[in-house]
Amino acid sequence: MTVHITRHGDASDGTEAVGSRLSRVDGPAKITGAAKYAVEQQLDGLAYAVLIESTIAAGKVRSIDTEAAEAAPGVLTVLTPDNIPPLKTASDWLGTPPPDAPYCPLAREITFSGQHVAAVVAETFEQAVAAAALAQVSYDEVPAIVDLSDGNAGDGIPIDAMTKAWGDAEAAFAAAPVRICAAYNTPREYQAPMEPHGLIARWQGDQLTVWEPSQWLDGMARTYAEWFGVPFENVRLVSPYIGGGFGSKALALGHGAVAAIAARMLDRPVRLVMTRPQTFTGYGGRAATRQTVTIGADADGIIQSIVHRGVNETSIDGMWVEPLGSTTSIMYATPNFSSRQNVVRVNSVVPGAMRAPGENPSAFGIESAIDELAYEVGVDPLEIRLRNYAEQDPHAKKAWSTRQLREAYAAGAERFGWSKRSPKPRSMRDGNQLIGWGVAAGTYPVRRAYGEAMVRILADGSVEVESSSIDMGQGTYTILAQTAAETLGVPADNVVVKLGDSRFARAGVTGGSRLAGVMTGAVHKAASAALDELVGLAISDPRSPFHALQANTLVVTNGRITSPRGEGPEVSIAELLASVGRDRIEAKGDTMPANSTAEERYKNYTTIAMALPHTEGDYSRYSWCAHFIEVRVDEDFGTVRVSRVVSALDSGRLYNPKLAESQWKGGIIMGIGQALLEEGIVDRRHGRIVNNNLADYLVPTNADIPDIEVISVGIPDPHSSVLGGKGVGELAIVGVAPAIANAVFHATGKRIRDLPITLEKLI
Amino acid sequence: MRDFSYLRAGSVDAARQASALPGAMLLAGGTTLIDLAKCGVAEPDTLVDITHLKGLDAITVDDRGATIGALAKMSSIADHADIKSRFPAVSEALWQAASAQIRNMATIGGNLMQRTRCPYFRDRENFPACNKRTPGSGCSAIGGVTRGHAVLGTSEACIATYPGDLAVALVAFDAIVHLGDRQVQVEDFFLLPGTTPDKEHAIQQGEVITAISIPGTPAARRSTYLKVRDRQSYEFAAASAAVGIEFEADGRTIRDLRVALGGVATKPWRARAVEAALKGKVLEADVVRRASLLAMEGAVDHGANHYKIELAPRVVARAILKMGETA
Repeated sequence: MTVHITRHGDASDGTEAVGSRLSRVDGPAKITGAAKYAVEQQLDGLAYAVLIESTIAAGKVRSIDTEAAEAAPGVLTVLTPDNIPPLKTASDWLGTPPPDAPYCPLAREITFSGQHVAAVVAETFEQAVAAAALAQVSYDEVPAIVDLSDGNAGDGIPIDAMTKAWGDAEAAFAAAPVRICAAYNTPREYQAPMEPHGLIARWQGDQLTVWEPSQWLDGMARTYAEWFGVPFENVRLVSPYIGGGFGSKALALGHGAVAAIAARMLDRPVRLVMTRPQTFTGYGGRAATRQTVTIGADADGIIQSIVHRGVNETSIDGMWVEPLGSTTSIMYATPNFSSRQNVVRVNSVVPGAMRAPGENPSAFGIESAIDELAYEVGVDPLEIRLRNYAEQDPHAKKAWSTRQLREAYAAGAERFGWSKRSPKPRSMRDGNQLIGWGVAAGTYPVRRAYGEAMVRILADGSVEVESSSIDMGQGTYTILAQTAAETLGVPADNVVVKLGDSRFARAGVTGGSRLAGVMTGAVHKAASAALDELVGLAISDPRSPFHALQANTLVVTNGRITSPRGEGPEVSIAELLASVGRDRIEAKGDTMPANSTAEERYKNYTTIAMALPHTEGDYSRYSWCAHFIEVRVDEDFGTVRVSRVVSALDSGRLYNPKLAESQWKGGIIMGIGQALLEEGIVDRRHGRIVNNNLADYLVPTNADIPDIEVISVGIPDPHSSVLGGKGVGELAIVGVAPAIANAVFHATGKRIRDLPITLEKLI
Repeated sequence: MRDFSYLRAGSVDAARQASALPGAMLLAGGTTLIDLAKCGVAEPDTLVDITHLKGLDAITVDDRGATIGALAKMSSIADHADIKSRFPAVSEALWQAASAQIRNMATIGGNLMQRTRCPYFRDRENFPACNKRTPGSGCSAIGGVTRGHAVLGTSEACIATYPGDLAVALVAFDAIVHLGDRQVQVEDFFLLPGTTPDKEHAIQQGEVITAISIPGTPAARRSTYLKVRDRQSYEFAAASAAVGIEFEADGRTIRDLRVALGGVATKPWRARAVEAALKGKVLEADVVRRASLLAMEGAVDHGANHYKIELAPRVVARAILKMGETA
């Protein structure tokens, strides 16, 4: 549980209401180190667990010799599949009832290198590390399928749910006068959050408390409860701060089960934190993908047909589908379309969600291909996008709720100076530097769900907001304070937001860029109810100074209550509460349908099954963006540096432009890393990622990032959320990589279709 | 737990004596040693801490050259006004190395002892075979992921790249390592892997690096360090070149040329064939580019690192031409 003192931001208009540029209220705590992260809790009797991971990619554990490890100083226990109690299999994130089978987080059957096979628990972390090195694990190894290009990988499993088709795409392609066909690949990429995954687990009787960075407290609490066969209410997740998630911290994972088992066996709190190398195999990054995109067009570049085929890798025994046709099917108007996808099993950890799963690699394919089409027909890459502009959702055949993409193209092009672009490749240079300008669009669906919040007006007139949702840096603390402040008519300073504790009002997953829309709606509703009660008391309570006024309503502004026309008294909220003898007003509000059952509510917060489709009803709801990027490619060295970015984005109404811009820029920076640097490199003999650390798995440094200009072109979208916002967090990464690849083509005349665009591909 | 002794040496002599013990290692900035100890590669029995020794961090520069105490920090040397003016390649190499935090901690003596970033060398658990770590165990890198590995000076036993930047500049300008009374050319201080890749430096147990000296030359004064890498900062070189040049009075004819390469070889690599080919020649772009190809004489690639053979001569040529432009 965390309390922030809200401070004034740099709101140029002097207000802190929704839409103002309030600085992050959690900023000072993070900068000064006062913010205590999950595994920094100091608990009496804390023991330390260290994971032991498989060194083969496929086979069986023959034996684990734990004798030396057990005898090592400080060792409390060595956990192996043979000595830990079996857990129950938990349901998946859709809430699908699990098979009645035991779940063991330590593996006997090895399906990837880096799988958890054992764990050592000791009095100190150093003792556990030293003892773990003494455990001898022997294996019976079999050949592994190391990646998509492995000869034994095969074509994979068709995923029918990914099939999209209208018209006759194959025939239209065959008949088209202009035809583009190319293959686009993206490698394994990793979320690489600053804060590695880890937790502290503590049992008190059959009550489990877990301090763990989490994008979804209620979902993870459900998993822990199901694993251990205890009621949901018995599990408390605490996660006040999260040092970056990017999709990787939404689910309870095997290492969490190991720590909780150890805590139960030892009857002591146990801390387990992954090493940085373990974060490359302890859970999945973005799956490697392969796509072919074929476009048939007429001589003017008007698209007649798109045929798309995609493949992503998944693990041997898990299923991850990275929806590769997601952007492909909605970005451009086409009368004929076909998209299919297969999933190929390889010996890897099951891939997972990473910022804009699906839309991101999908956009790399289609936004590169449309650029290729532009050159093929000799049309400006921006112009060809406008010629093929989708006036409605080409797949759902519904009107867009809002689509400010045309405005994004115009604003971005204007600001970037696109009209000065010399169309020919290799036609712009500065000394040894070839200069290229590229454009690409991006999109992300508006994922909606129901939310819940508690709002309290306290005796001193201050306001408390509680939610089990989280802030992983995107600004939840701040925008919920703004929402409550605006709804109640109090200064944001007077609002304390408490997040990250599953005892608070429940919340669904912080993923899919949905949280801001969900939670501002819930806080707005709860705060409105609290305000109604406050005003009701002021009007009708005989002890209220307003009672004699017989007013129909009252106004609360800056924490003071008046009648709309200023007649009668003006009192503070604190004075009013004192006068009517109340120490607080408390309102829990949620946005679920009024007649929802308890079971539906539980399902809403602990699964994603009740999320509302973005094409529900009459509209198709997406965020949109256009990136204009300049690169400088050294003609001798092949090094690519991004020198200028102008992005125009439509996320609807912005609850706090400063924080939204910050998230957009973060997405763009991550996209630059994806385009130029990031790739999990597999040793094909061992099926193992060898660059499993932040010196060798490269993410951008400040020196790699130029000034980034972001422009908001959104308008309030009433169909997307209560307050009119659309998704922010994932949108901006989508389209960055193809914009850079397109700029590299413009600079060099070389089309790079395999990410990342490293120097040896250009030299 | 693996216990080790910690000794705080009272003097250089005491450090020598203590470090002569089997399993003893000197601790200075710790940026390499502690990192390698954490990944289980360095397993010292005794750490001999020399960080507090007085008088070992002095930097003196005069017409004869520079003498830099072994405990001088990378950042202090990089920022030293006389180093910047008389040995720009040295300053530039340091600025482009590591990160600000590491440069503020790491010493020049420790920098010379920096070990390879070969991922197979650093992962004992998953890749038991490494001749550099465990003599005779084999080389996991050959046949593996080799994008960062060396193309020059390799052997069947080891293809690990020397990762540093500073030593590349030092080798170009004939710098000398002072091991107390004994002096060794930096170029000879680094050993080729041959059949004994575990032996990286011409230093004996019990010897202590006390200083590095660099002769002052016109070529050192007109020098640069050019580092090419995927990431703009905090990354090892894909290929780098330290280049110094001295012209005849005509300002066009090359009197002296120094060229050394980083990121492509198993040790800091002096490219004498390039120097010889250009000395006495008038500096012209085509001539320089052709001569720079000689830097890759004897280069052997292992697949994914083939690009280095293309890249390194271009880096050399660019650096030489850049020095010519500033005539």
